[in-house]
Amino acid sequence: MNTTVATGTEGKTWGGGNKPLTASYGKMMMWFFIVSDALTFSAFLAAYGFSRFKFIDSWPIADEVFTHFPFLHGVEAPMYYVAFMTFVLIMSSVTMVLAVDAGHHMNKAKVTIYMFLTVIGGIIFVGSQAWEWNTFIKGEFGAVQTKGGNILQFVDAEGHRVAVADFAKVETGTRTQHESKNGLWFVDEGALPTYTMTEINNGLAAHPDVLVRTQIINAEGEKTVLSREESIKQLKENGRLFVQGANLHVNEYGSPLFADFFFFITGFHGFHVFSGVVLNIIIFFNVILGTYERRKSYEMVEKVGLYWHFVDLVWVFVFTFFYLV
Amino acid sequence: MAHEHKLEIFRGLVKFKSNTAKIWGVLAFLTFVTIIEVALGIAKPEALMGKFLGMKILNWIFIILTIVKAYYITWDFMHMRDEVKALRRMVVWTAVFLILYLVFILLQEGGYIESVYASGFIKNDF
Repeated sequence: MNTTVATGTEGKTWGGGNKPLTASYGKMMMWFFIVSDALTFSAFLAAYGFSRFKFIDSWPIADEVFTHFPFLHGVEAPMYYVAFMTFVLIMSSVTMVLAVDAGHHMNKAKVTIYMFLTVIGGIIFVGSQAWEWNTFIKGEFGAVQTKGGNILQFVDAEGHRVAVADFAKVETGTRTQHESKNGLWFVDEGALPTYTMTEINNGLAAHPDVLVRTQIINAEGEKTVLSREESIKQLKENGRLFVQGANLHVNEYGSPLFADFFFFITGFHGFHVFSGVVLNIIIFFNVILGTYERRKSYEMVEKVGLYWHFVDLVWVFVFTFFYLV
Repeated sequence: MAHEHKLEIFRGLVKFKSNTAKIWGVLAFLTFVTIIEVALGIAKPEALMGKFLGMKILNWIFIILTIVKAYYITWDFMHMRDEVKALRRMVVWTAVFLILYLVFILLQEGGYIESVYASGFIKNDF
């Protein structure tokens, strides 16, 4: 049975004949997807703003957190690495738009080269992000978490960070790891902290030049450094746990929420970049196979290009709100 | 369908001969803006530390420069400049309106909770 009905309007506006907004179906739907994805990302960034406003006078200062650059150990290089990542992503956006332009001229060889460069750029970016995560998770100096969940860091007289490993007085044989085979079989114990509070307290007492730095931001926009007596008192009374690096529970750089949002937002963005790279690879092979040459239109490159630029667009905002502001 | 591109940026101040030239021009501009952002972020000039509408002037500069970058990525890389007005407005106005609303609500609420903490009813300094 024939289920289609001829209305006599085929090909005319009422029959869906022309392109609404002179954009093709695929491109328009990509735009609408981008709008909804943009709202998701802004919800995340706004939630980050919410938490930051909530702890406005104790939030970590990003320049002091992301100071590392590959192959430069111990060199303070705030933001250079993210600036590099931003540039890589903008650059791959440029090669993408050049691929789209070459597609308009039906130049298969050029589209191939530019798509290839775009994929490479995307891979470099995801790799850089993995490095950034790794550095952040490992941490550098270590800190002490207090009863109230605040972070106490250690600095020398000039205000430079001091690693806990450099001053803690290590005692041997103080505590053995509990295992189910030699203790309660139904109780688990997580990894033991590298240093006990006794070791850190004794270490601080033995090093007169080490001071405690709290999270509270003073009038000059810097973290408050306690006096020597207050340092010892604060650490002894409130210090509970040695923390190194950052994860979803603790964060040596300050509020754990900072680490949570960092992992969530850059992770979600990194996932977008990853899926963008996968889409680009698929399109790249289609270009090589001549699919779009036969179709006489490189519009698919344009659609995946829209997605790729959007990923770049989001990064511009993540860069500002995580690293600059 | 023909692929005509509007080849001028900065409201016609800069005109390019071809689409490729325009792409490189926009890249140069975006790089320039990013370098300014990073330089300001590292230098943190004392003069920009004053507050304007409850936020540091430096942070206002960062946010404005970011929106400028977002504009050129959308308009020239995503070719929004070449789309019809109705599509442009559907995408941009919807997003801008909802984002402003969301940001206002959440930041307002965050600031309120901070004031509750600060006014001493909740102790978290231990």
